[in-house]
Amino acid sequence: MSEPIEKVSIIISRGSLDGIYPGLIMGNGALMEGIDATLFFTFFGLEAIVKKKMDKIKVATVGNPGMHMPTLLGGLPGMSAFATKMMKKEMEKIDIPPVAEFIEMIHDGGGGIYACKAAMDMFHYQPADLSDHVDEVLTVGGFYEKSAGAQIIFT
Amino acid sequence: MTQKEINGQMITFDDEGFMTDPGVWSEDVARTIAVELDMELTDRHFQVLQFMRQHFEANGEAPSLRKIKNDSGVGTKELYKLFPKGPAKKAARLAGLGKPQGCI
Repeated sequence: MSEPIEKVSIIISRGSLDGIYPGLIMGNGALMEGIDATLFFTFFGLEAIVKKKMDKIKVATVGNPGMHMPTLLGGLPGMSAFATKMMKKEMEKIDIPPVAEFIEMIHDGGGGIYACKAAMDMFHYQPADLSDHVDEVLTVGGFYEKSAGAQIIFT
Repeated sequence: MTQKEINGQMITFDDEGFMTDPGVWSEDVARTIAVELDMELTDRHFQVLQFMRQHFEANGEAPSLRKIKNDSGVGTKELYKLFPKGPAKKAARLAGLGKPQGCI
């Protein structure tokens, strides 16, 4: 039999709801299975750990073929908010928590939560803007150090 | 499938060590499973296990980790301490329930 996975390092790079959640679910799922998990938030994915943004993440209704919605319709005011509300309702039904609660769960479960230094500089965020559950702001080099021995997953 | 006699009753476990009949669970059964997992159960463990069993009886399925941490009175940090290396699966096994079917 193959060796079991002992550690995963997940990069979350997109800021839409469907860009953020898969990484959170995989990270939390790893911890639940006794696998170490490190989550690294970069580019627009950083918003998942920015206090003022984390619970305002939206579904993209334009440029998202999975929504099966014509581009012009998806661009109407309020469409993204509406689709987000519907998705959140479905997610709540199967017990997927809001982003802030999910980040807290992962942190409390022993998972590492890291912010990307370059993304912080690019969007002019300060460490005080980040969720209290963020462990550290890391450079790419720091990320690779923390990922020693891990399977790296980019989302 | 394996069978084990606990307090004079034959208990059946599947290949992964989960009880096949949640109805024959008792605290002694949980303590016997705990020995296999190299754990010693405390009142806090039983608080979680009882909560899971009540949820199972009411809903027909084991609660998610999120439900456990929100409603059992035992938070995430403590859950990971009480049931190290994989709380969901370990707690479900100790509570006499099947392998967890959810992702959260």
